[in-house]
Amino acid sequence: MSRRGLDRGLIVCVLALAVYGLAILYSAGQTDAPTDAYGAWKRQLIWLGLGSLVAAVVFRVSFRLLEWVAPGVYVFAILLLLLTLVIGTGAGTASSTKSWLAVGGIRLGQPAELAKLATILMMARYLSAFKEPPDSLRALIVPSCIAGLPAVLVLAQPDLGSAIVFAGILFLMLFWAGVRPFLLLLLASPVVSLLLAGNTQLWGAWMVALFVALLVGRAFLSEAITVYLVNSAMGVFALTLWNRLQPHQRLRLSTFLNPELDPSASGYQAIQSKVAVGSGGWFGNGLTQGPQKRLAFLPEQHTDFIFSVVGEELGFIGVLVALSLFFCLMLVLLRIARRASDAFASLVVFGMLSLILTHVFENVGMTVNVTPITGIPLPFFSYGGSFLLACSLAVGVSLRAAWDARQAGYADA
Amino acid sequence: MTAFSSHRLRERARGFRVVLLLAFLVLVGAFFNTQVLNTERFRLRSESNRLRSVPLAAPRGAVLDRNGLVIADNVPGYAVKLLASNPDSIRVVLKRMAAFVELDSAAIEQVVRRYRAAPYQPAAVFTNLPFEAIARLEEHRVSLPGLVIQTEPRRFYPNGRATAHVVGYVGEVSEADLEQDRYPGARMGTVVGQDGLEAEYDSLLRGSEGVRYIEVNARGAMVREQPPSPSMLPVPGLPIRTTIDLPLQLYIDSLFVDSLSEYRGALIAMTPAGEILAMYSAPSFDPNDFVGGISSAKYRVLTSPDAGLPLFNRAIKGTYAPASPFKLAIAAMALRRGLVSFSSHMEQPCRGGFRFGNRVFRCWAPEGHGSLDLIGAIAKSCDVYFYQLGLRLGLNAILEDGSRFGLSEVTSLDLGHEAKSFFPPSTGYYDRTYGPRGWTNAVTLNLAIGQGENSQTLINVMRLYQALSQSESGLAAALPAPHLVAPRARGGIDLGLNERQLAGLREAMIAVVSRGTAAASAGADLDVAGKTGTAQNPHGPDHGWFIGFAPSDNPRIIVGAIMERALHGSSVAPWVVRVIRRYLVGSGTNLDAPIVLEFPADSAPTPEELVTDTIPGRP
Repeated sequence: MSRRGLDRGLIVCVLALAVYGLAILYSAGQTDAPTDAYGAWKRQLIWLGLGSLVAAVVFRVSFRLLEWVAPGVYVFAILLLLLTLVIGTGAGTASSTKSWLAVGGIRLGQPAELAKLATILMMARYLSAFKEPPDSLRALIVPSCIAGLPAVLVLAQPDLGSAIVFAGILFLMLFWAGVRPFLLLLLASPVVSLLLAGNTQLWGAWMVALFVALLVGRAFLSEAITVYLVNSAMGVFALTLWNRLQPHQRLRLSTFLNPELDPSASGYQAIQSKVAVGSGGWFGNGLTQGPQKRLAFLPEQHTDFIFSVVGEELGFIGVLVALSLFFCLMLVLLRIARRASDAFASLVVFGMLSLILTHVFENVGMTVNVTPITGIPLPFFSYGGSFLLACSLAVGVSLRAAWDARQAGYADA
Repeated sequence: MTAFSSHRLRERARGFRVVLLLAFLVLVGAFFNTQVLNTERFRLRSESNRLRSVPLAAPRGAVLDRNGLVIADNVPGYAVKLLASNPDSIRVVLKRMAAFVELDSAAIEQVVRRYRAAPYQPAAVFTNLPFEAIARLEEHRVSLPGLVIQTEPRRFYPNGRATAHVVGYVGEVSEADLEQDRYPGARMGTVVGQDGLEAEYDSLLRGSEGVRYIEVNARGAMVREQPPSPSMLPVPGLPIRTTIDLPLQLYIDSLFVDSLSEYRGALIAMTPAGEILAMYSAPSFDPNDFVGGISSAKYRVLTSPDAGLPLFNRAIKGTYAPASPFKLAIAAMALRRGLVSFSSHMEQPCRGGFRFGNRVFRCWAPEGHGSLDLIGAIAKSCDVYFYQLGLRLGLNAILEDGSRFGLSEVTSLDLGHEAKSFFPPSTGYYDRTYGPRGWTNAVTLNLAIGQGENSQTLINVMRLYQALSQSESGLAAALPAPHLVAPRARGGIDLGLNERQLAGLREAMIAVVSRGTAAASAGADLDVAGKTGTAQNPHGPDHGWFIGFAPSDNPRIIVGAIMERALHGSSVAPWVVRVIRRYLVGSGTNLDAPIVLEFPADSAPTPEELVTDTIPGRP
């Protein structure tokens, strides 16, 4: 294996993604009328340097130390989120929300990114203590709360995208901790019920299916009743909840289902992104040459919608290359998580994998209307310091896990 | 075996790989669907996103006179247009633009309306801006996103006022006209003929627009222009050649402006074959003011009664009592029915008036004309003679022949908005208007001298005289109706007179002007036949008529004029004779030699009002 015990696969994947991302970010700045995106790639280069430093530092940190600081970091992150709700400011792509923490007008970063990492550490610490995987809904209450608390706080900013990321982390880490998929389904069922409540027939079918599943899956009686009641309640309160959503969130959800409802305003981003991607064809218009981007039809082309630039300028082939790189990164992280020397390290790495996967799926999906439009960044592509540092940290932690495993002789297992 | 034993982790990893693969396959599938299967649709959408079509105006066809001289043509003009992504942004840009060029808030709203009608096309702000203003706008282009400056052919009328009522003018098509599809092929912003020949022959003159594309960004600002493809170039309109004699038209204009500036009226010159040589209505206007939109202040002046309604074409829209020139029509009616010959005298000689019932209808000459034959009565315009002739004809015959002479029709001149002349179709008209017992045969007396319920346009009286100028009545029927480009209908009026009767009427008309003609044509052998007339005007001084043709034995030109408040036809006649001489003799002779003409001063007689059933001049 690697000469110095570093995981070569991970480094190659990450470097390839960073270079690819930087090239696209450079292109995103090449527009006919100057935008914020112009020159963003240079600042991103600085952030990449800082990120490498962070990865190097984190690589030196033992997992025992991480396990020890996890509760402290978690509490600190929650406090920051609370503080953000009080004094947070809107900025950048999230200008209408309170997601930034600033001191004296200098933006320090988005606490939500820190909270994601803290949640991963806290979840890993809690779940690694189980000898046998949790096998009841009751046992899932604590991990659900660990992820749920920051999710609710970011939802209040409001930042639906990050809240979805917390959900992704929760479910994937529970799966990795050995929780049966059936239990995960039950855990997710209230959300499904909520989403289906808009259509009476669909919701009815769901409730029947759930009833059958509870019978067949031989759930505990008390839990089965609770799940069923919560599902029913979700169906009933869906309308009230819908009415309490922020107007822009409601628009995003309804335009996700049909962007042409409002093509000039809330559906605009969805349509323009899809037009940009679709007009790319097999090979695209060539790097820096995408007319949708050049003429500013494509919104947020250097942050939320940077993947549309890939689609427009490098075509389906460019998209395949980028998705393959992400896929390889996932496989590498999966391997590291599987071979980690202890449960905590394994869970942390898998948590990082969950974080990146959720971001990639959510962000890439929204450029072709597979997922609703939320303002979350694409790892290694989107311009932004906080998230890039978070990703670097994930890379550092994973490198350490791989290194630890090799030291323990697990490498060839 | 713990939850994290390597065996159980491998199992979960296997399961997770399947989930991962599915997730990525969903994404790849979605991109394949968008980028490969539907790429054409999105490529098209991307094109329409960024490409805006800009209509390229087609040059209008030229309007030429009978010898190819230019009446209307095009010159290059600068059009200013704006592209915008929404009404607010266009308003902002227009407000900024107002700092550099004259643009009031009403004009801004007008542009916003144009924008709303066609948001994906550049909205016209100015269609013709002087070069200095264009330079100022170019200088500030950065602060005016979406600015499009185009050179466009702009209509130009080199003779301005002189040909205004013939050629008309052009302007942007109105929304109402678009709704009614009165200009097929026009869209918002198309320049179409609004009046005169421009409107009449718009479909020929307009041509068809071309298209050019320009690339814009998301804010609607122009990024670059694409050259127009040859298949989308504008198709120029076709030129039309009119029957107008431009030098004659210009001469008439100079007469009205230099010598007759206080008069309002109209003059038409045409050939016996119905070709209009000149048509003038005073006061006139400059049609160039309409090109690119006329200011509302200017338009108010052009439509104000105080300024004499310059837009109103008196030659085809003004209706007047035909007065004495109409006596020729009464004479023709009587002749064709064999009721009189040229040597016929009436029962009562003229002693200055005619007693009818309990009323006295006066002759214009209070001293009386004595006993006259028909020729003498026409020459002296004796009212008493024609009262009796009218009674001899009878009301029914007059009304019947009136229809035959086309007195209640339009001439179908190829110039829009011609007013319909009025002549009662039957006695039923009087019954309806005054009640069956509310009128007397006095109406016949009025009709016999061209007054009463009879109002004719100049062009319609011209058509009557076109028939009178022919040597054979059947020939007139076969001749084209009056026209400027091409006759719409074949056939003038068939008066139903024989050759001898027509010659006799001409002789009578020569007698009208013989004394004056000799003096006027000094040296040139010029016989003018014609008839003066004075139309009662209930609103002020009487209107004067004169219609004449020359040379009288073989007419080559017919000229008619009506001048409002001119008091007498005899004050109109010299100007008509000048026009005739200008046409027949040319500009070589001394046109400014004083013309001394004497005419009977046949002011219209007002019946003495003994009873209240007197019928007012115009219905």
